[in-house]
Amino acid sequence: IYFPTPLCVVVRVVLLYLSVFPLCHQTHSLQDFQRPAVSSKVFIQRDYSSGTICKFQTKFPSELESRLDKQQFEETIQTLNNLYAEAEKLGGSSYLEGCLACLTAYTVFLCMETHYEKVLKKIARYIRDQNEKIYAPRGLLLTDPIERGLRVVEITIFEDRNIGSAR
Amino acid sequence: METPYKKKTPKKRKWETFPGRNKFYCDGRIMMAKQTGVFYLTLVLILVTCGLFFTFDCWFLAEQLTPIIPVIGAVLFLFVIGTLLRTSFSDPGVLPRATPDEAADLERQIDVANGSTGYRPPPRTKEVVINGQTVKLKYCFTCKIFRPPRASHCSLCDNCVERFDHHCPWVGNCVGKRNYRFFYMFILSLSFLTVFIFAFVITHIILNSQRIGFLSALKDSPVVVCFFSVWSIVGLSGFHTYLISSNQTTNEDIKGSWSSKRSKDNYNPYSYGNIFTNCCAALCGPLPPRWLPSGPLYVCMLVATGFAQLDPRVEKKKKPAAFLLRSQYHTDQKEHLVSFCSFPVPFFRLKTHSHHLLIQFQILPSVLFKV
Repeated sequence: IYFPTPLCVVVRVVLLYLSVFPLCHQTHSLQDFQRPAVSSKVFIQRDYSSGTICKFQTKFPSELESRLDKQQFEETIQTLNNLYAEAEKLGGSSYLEGCLACLTAYTVFLCMETHYEKVLKKIARYIRDQNEKIYAPRGLLLTDPIERGLRVVEITIFEDRNIGSAR
Repeated sequence: METPYKKKTPKKRKWETFPGRNKFYCDGRIMMAKQTGVFYLTLVLILVTCGLFFTFDCWFLAEQLTPIIPVIGAVLFLFVIGTLLRTSFSDPGVLPRATPDEAADLERQIDVANGSTGYRPPPRTKEVVINGQTVKLKYCFTCKIFRPPRASHCSLCDNCVERFDHHCPWVGNCVGKRNYRFFYMFILSLSFLTVFIFAFVITHIILNSQRIGFLSALKDSPVVVCFFSVWSIVGLSGFHTYLISSNQTTNEDIKGSWSSKRSKDNYNPYSYGNIFTNCCAALCGPLPPRWLPSGPLYVCMLVATGFAQLDPRVEKKKKPAAFLLRSQYHTDQKEHLVSFCSFPVPFFRLKTHSHHLLIQFQILPSVLFKV
């Protein structure tokens, strides 16, 4: 049985509002407005020619020819490939992180993020930017590859409402 | 305002709708294979052996030789248990199955490549050249994907696992890309622990037999449980050390994929060339993230302070506060709601209802952090 003090209640209400406010103002970019119908999906597969590192094929799919420039597409995929290479890079800093983690019995990851996770956040931000600036205006949507286990980059093609016919 | 709550169907997390044969605990944070009996046996064996050692031998050895012995033993024991739990509970690197759109797209591409004919098409493979070596990528009929190189489908867990090593029943999980280093640390530390215990039990017997004779010393000391396990575990550690230094998996070694006996030009395309880099890459390289996310830990922290489903009696009294909280968590999580009492409730209520717990504490909320 607990009897709260008034101070306790006040502090809790303040903390409650502080924690709730930033989350209430979350932006849902593509979910808020009405979504056009999905016309088709294109899947960019992995490129295994350099081994098991995460790399996607830069070949421009024919279904996007009418919507997107080849150069923009290649730039997006190349940047993603570079970011993944940065995440998986074997070097002094990653070894140090591994050794530190081993010595602390991996409890250090309760306080800090791994390098890979940091880069994944960067990738998520980059994909969001690309969607907002380039892909959404053309009726396309890039899905973050991590949602598909880093197997494919899924590009959803929406019906082009301006022309009024499904492609 | 009860309608918004009732109309909303709670979105399921990915691990709840996971198609493989895995068991999940702690809201998806712990992932194990279906058959876990042997894992509990491993745990019991280790605990019993160490328990017997600490109870019977440590006092004697601490007195006769040095008290550092039990300390080292304890450290080794904790490390073994830690790495065992980490190996058993972590995601080995499971690949998600293809979405229906993806599977249809792949089928279409394969039909175009083969030329759709009446009879059954041959097994689907794709060839890729990695570092000058031709590698065949097989199509997985269960997961409907072309398996990445070094991935394999585990029939026990019914998943494709990246860099599949083997399915270890002792650990109750597959050993793959994400937990191979923990597995290696486990068997290495276990071999040190068993050699340590074995050596000191023998020492104890010898020291004892000087006083009271060998046979009666053997009777006093518990039978050396770890005698046979020493050789098998040390052997396994040695084998895996060889695998790590040549950057191979158990799967590849057993099949002889990169053995020079197959053909003269056969070599391992994944090896970095020197042993040191191979070891560092396997043990200290970056840890890939898991695809199956679990809820952020800040939800858990709120459990300690007041993580609750709305109780109908309570809701009527503080609807506005509850509604704000509801919108906070409605993106991809269960309807975990926090009920902070805005007026003092001088009692502690606990009610369990499937996954929801109603706890009303009157303590301050703890620090929120995210895992």
